[in-house]
Amino acid sequence: MSALLQVRGLSHHYGRRIGCENVSFDLHPGELLCIVGESGSGKSTLLNTVAAQLTPTAGAVHYHQKNGDWLDLGALSEADRRRLAREEWGFVTQNPRDGLRLNVSAGANVAERLMALGQRDYGRLRDIARGWLERVEIDPARIDDAPTGFSGGMQQRLQIARTLVTQPRLVFMDEPTAGLDVSVQARILDLLRRLVNELGLAAIMVTHDLAVARLLAARTIVMQGGHVVESGLTDQILDDPQHAYTQLLVSSVLTT
Amino acid sequence: MSSTYNSNAYNFGFLDENTKRMLRRALLKAVAIPGYQVPFGSREMPLPYGWGTGGIQVTAALLGPNDVLKVIDQGADDTTNAVNIRRFFGRVAGVATTERTADASVIQTRHRIPETPLREDQLLVFQVPEPEPLRTLEPREAETRTMHALADYGLMHVKLYEDIAQYGHIATSYDYPVMVDGRFLTSPSPIPKFDNPKLDRSPALMLFGAGREKRLYAIPPYTRVESLAFDDHPFEIQRWEHRCAICNAGDSYLDEVVVDDRGTRMFVCSDTDYCSQRSDNAATEEAA
Repeated sequence: MSALLQVRGLSHHYGRRIGCENVSFDLHPGELLCIVGESGSGKSTLLNTVAAQLTPTAGAVHYHQKNGDWLDLGALSEADRRRLAREEWGFVTQNPRDGLRLNVSAGANVAERLMALGQRDYGRLRDIARGWLERVEIDPARIDDAPTGFSGGMQQRLQIARTLVTQPRLVFMDEPTAGLDVSVQARILDLLRRLVNELGLAAIMVTHDLAVARLLAARTIVMQGGHVVESGLTDQILDDPQHAYTQLLVSSVLTT
Repeated sequence: MSSTYNSNAYNFGFLDENTKRMLRRALLKAVAIPGYQVPFGSREMPLPYGWGTGGIQVTAALLGPNDVLKVIDQGADDTTNAVNIRRFFGRVAGVATTERTADASVIQTRHRIPETPLREDQLLVFQVPEPEPLRTLEPREAETRTMHALADYGLMHVKLYEDIAQYGHIATSYDYPVMVDGRFLTSPSPIPKFDNPKLDRSPALMLFGAGREKRLYAIPPYTRVESLAFDDHPFEIQRWEHRCAICNAGDSYLDEVVVDDRGTRMFVCSDTDYCSQRSDNAATEEAA
């Protein structure tokens, strides 16, 4: 099976400081890849550079479009970047308040991407929005409530619904469960695992939590100081870490 | 009023010729790209922002000595804003003014389009407070301009969606967003949506000026103008159960007027010229 995304020698520098340096990997359709590492290790920079939200200092990202063509994301026009972000990609931010439109109702949040794609049937938009609220375990009766009245976990689930409603092929997630309490985290992870399987979508998820990687990802990349120090199958990395930093990470997880 | 015009006191039309040239160049660009907001160097005018500084500058740039000017505010010729702008141009340009829509060559308007159908040889100038239809949804100017450049307009339907979700119908009743020539999302200025159909393929050139926001735009004659809507919630204009209490018109935009302190109301045409024309005609017919 051919890759969905090819990342080759990707670097992003903030002036003279390194964001991420010389990163290469492939992402295949239906695969969930985790990027783990401590705070400041360049995980989010890597994610944003891959998602064409930051301009790479060096290297290239190629994306395999729905129509079969390979697209060089470095040479992408703003119009094409927005089209991709609207039609084929999704982005889930760490803070749901960054990803949601807080001054409009939950239903409008879910339906926005569909309306951007030209869906103009109000009744149908409502049905789809209700269906998605149900899928992310939000009571559909709250469709007309503002997300400001939702709890943090509900807001994050709403953001997930809003992102996945257009059935994107590739989803970028930046610490979607950070800042939520443990029981809510578990619920969201469970939900994500189910939706990723159901929809067969590919995803890149940034997290500092090894347990999240263990639960969701087939493959994991470990980063330190902007460099990839280890990558491979998640189980292999967590059970038999080779790099000293990965060993430190794994050993620092509390076990009961 | 034209007798008070003193050509030594003011340049014709108040603005200096270079400013008028700048405005005309911006207007030509606006006409060339229907619905596109053209930036222009808005000047201080002798009236406050929000009172029609954009419209008055456009009018000043358009007027010639032989023009006949009509100014309306909410459809009426006799309100403060209308009277003063009309008097202003009488003084600084010496042009003839009128209250009759059919006699005017330039009509400056705030919040209405006259009921009397306009002709190819007439110009309609709108006063616009907020030229950006997306502003309430997206506060960043750089972002809204990018959205216009890429025709990325999904956001506008979010507002209409919210209307239906909250009120059961599209409750936006004025400044109802339109798509001009299938390309630019445009604010029709705060006219009631009752007037939106008059924008579509109008024989008269329509020019829009926003003085504070420093933007001009235009809807050229016979341009397609569609009001946004949903398939199952189509665009609709306001309707009344009443007819005009003065001229008995059933087809015009009505104002509800409280006539005493016991809550008695009457409905009258907001277009005063249209109303008085109809009353005069009726009186003539009766007399005949």
